Amino acid sequence: MMFAKLMAWVRPSVDSEVSLPHDRWSLVEVAFWVAPLAVYFLFPGYLVLGSQIFVTALCALSLDLILGYAGIVSLGHAAFFGIGAYTAGLLALHGWGEPLSGLLASGVIAAAVGFLVSFLVVRGQDLARLMVTLGVGLVLYEAANQAASITGGVDGLGGFTVGKLFGVFHFGIDGRTAYLYSLIVLFLVFALMRRMVNSPFGLALRGLREGASRMPALGVSVRSLQVTSFTLAAGIAGVAGALLTQTTQFVGLDVLGFPRSAELLIMLVFGGAGRLYGAVIGATVFMVAQEILSGVSHVYWQFWLGLMLVVIVLFARGGIMGGVARVRAHLARRKQ
Amino acid sequence: MLTDFIGVVFDGVAYGSLLFLIAIGLSVTMGLMNLINLAHGAFAMTGGYVCVYASLRLGVPFLLTLPLAFAASAAIGVVYERLLYRRLYKASHLDQVLFTIGMTYMAIAVATFLFGSGQQPVSLPHWLQGRWRAGGIDFGIYQVFLIAVVIFLTVGLELLIQRTRFGAQVRAAVDNQDVAAGVGIHVNRLFTLVFALGCGLAGLGGGLGIEVLGLDPTFPLKYLVYFLLVVTVGGAGTINGPLVAALVLGVFDVAGKYYVPQVGAFVIYALMLILLVIFPAGIRGKRG
Repeated sequence: MMFAKLMAWVRPSVDSEVSLPHDRWSLVEVAFWVAPLAVYFLFPGYLVLGSQIFVTALCALSLDLILGYAGIVSLGHAAFFGIGAYTAGLLALHGWGEPLSGLLASGVIAAAVGFLVSFLVVRGQDLARLMVTLGVGLVLYEAANQAASITGGVDGLGGFTVGKLFGVFHFGIDGRTAYLYSLIVLFLVFALMRRMVNSPFGLALRGLREGASRMPALGVSVRSLQVTSFTLAAGIAGVAGALLTQTTQFVGLDVLGFPRSAELLIMLVFGGAGRLYGAVIGATVFMVAQEILSGVSHVYWQFWLGLMLVVIVLFARGGIMGGVARVRAHLARRKQ
Repeated sequence: MLTDFIGVVFDGVAYGSLLFLIAIGLSVTMGLMNLINLAHGAFAMTGGYVCVYASLRLGVPFLLTLPLAFAASAAIGVVYERLLYRRLYKASHLDQVLFTIGMTYMAIAVATFLFGSGQQPVSLPHWLQGRWRAGGIDFGIYQVFLIAVVIFLTVGLELLIQRTRFGAQVRAAVDNQDVAAGVGIHVNRLFTLVFALGCGLAGLGGGLGIEVLGLDPTFPLKYLVYFLLVVTVGGAGTINGPLVAALVLGVFDVAGKYYVPQVGAFVIYALMLILLVIFPAGIRGKRG
């Protein structure tokens, strides 16, 4: 009942593609997910970069849930990534090296912190939200920095070993296990999120983004939707952080830093927010560009990064996936 | 013990008045144009580099570099407002955040390219160095100078906003842009002037602040939180709110670093979260 009302409200303002979509995977999507497997066999020299891309993509994906769908601007999403990373690291350091349960525990802890923070986030408007998320990120960064006896401080947390995956696959220096492990986790979370954003819950989130003031009229609790999505996003970011720890066997203080939060935002808008695939593509392009350009000079990389952001905002709203969608809409119109 | 405390409060007030000087422009642009300008610190940094360049390379006396810093930042502000920021007033907050983060990154890269990544020195005139001793308490002469300058400017600003025609137009536009435009106020020109004034004050603050805040290319990011905090806690679009917020922030930051140095910047971030919980819409309660 509530759902029908929601649909009636959502439909007039947006294209027909926003009606509850069917959940079948298109051929392009299948090809998209087979491609990394091909990379595994064709370019074994890039497996380490590959697993870093998957980890980053997973974190960008979680940001997409709150930014692209629920419309909450966060400047401190790295906080949850960092909590997951440190949780997994500390668990492994104190003898709990089993990867899958460590991953789950990190996600749960990050989600718990996200749940608490979300009550601060839902209170204010955009500016207050920016400040709260920024503040939480900075507080955690300082906390991890000062509590050097626990977290290793600026030296980072290392010297732990992550157990074998399923007791069989060893995280070796060649990065094979890490690559497949992070790819599979990314895919599973992606499939889950894809299902979620195509469900009534996802539509309600989009309603929130487009007009939060009208949602209560439909009987939707804005607050509980925001709390739920923020908690979920924090949990997924925590899983991503744990994944980074387990695949690199090290936690650096930079997992909590403001630059990481800003970069997540950048790759998300570059790929296109609110589209899931945008997060994955944005993270991939960003990481590859960083690998190539920051090798040349860190200063130049920062300059191009800034310029790219300015250009996207002025001329290319929607990023890569937004451009693809526009081209497809144009082609469809010509067909008619 | 007590003299220590007074000294800390004094340093905190000097530090806070500097923060106020830099952040007041941000407060006004946020209140007037509803623009979240995360690149505001870059204008302060510009002023700082103008000061350093003028005094060290061109041999201009320190006091004369300050108006130069103001003029340079204000001039750049006018150009940016006309060419770029104008497009952002109606944009979503996300777009504003992304755009201004991009501007900040570019500013940092350009500053590193031009001046290197190190801390910049400043040569204060002889009479601004050293300390006064009164009643067993040390007062830094430069801090006294800072506070005097900021009091002078604040009174000037207050008079400008409350007593002049220009100020009345600004207040009208902050309250309601559309109606202000309707009664014949040239709102666009007003925006440019106010933006330039804010940038100029930030540049002046950047120049004055080299001695206290330091100056290196990461300046806009390092102090971003402080400027934002002054505005969000103080409330956008006012003068008194940010002034109180900046002084509180300055005193707490200096006190935190003096009494509990091992906790470091933690004090200020915790204070920020607490203040945001208590006053989600700023001390003065006007929603920006």
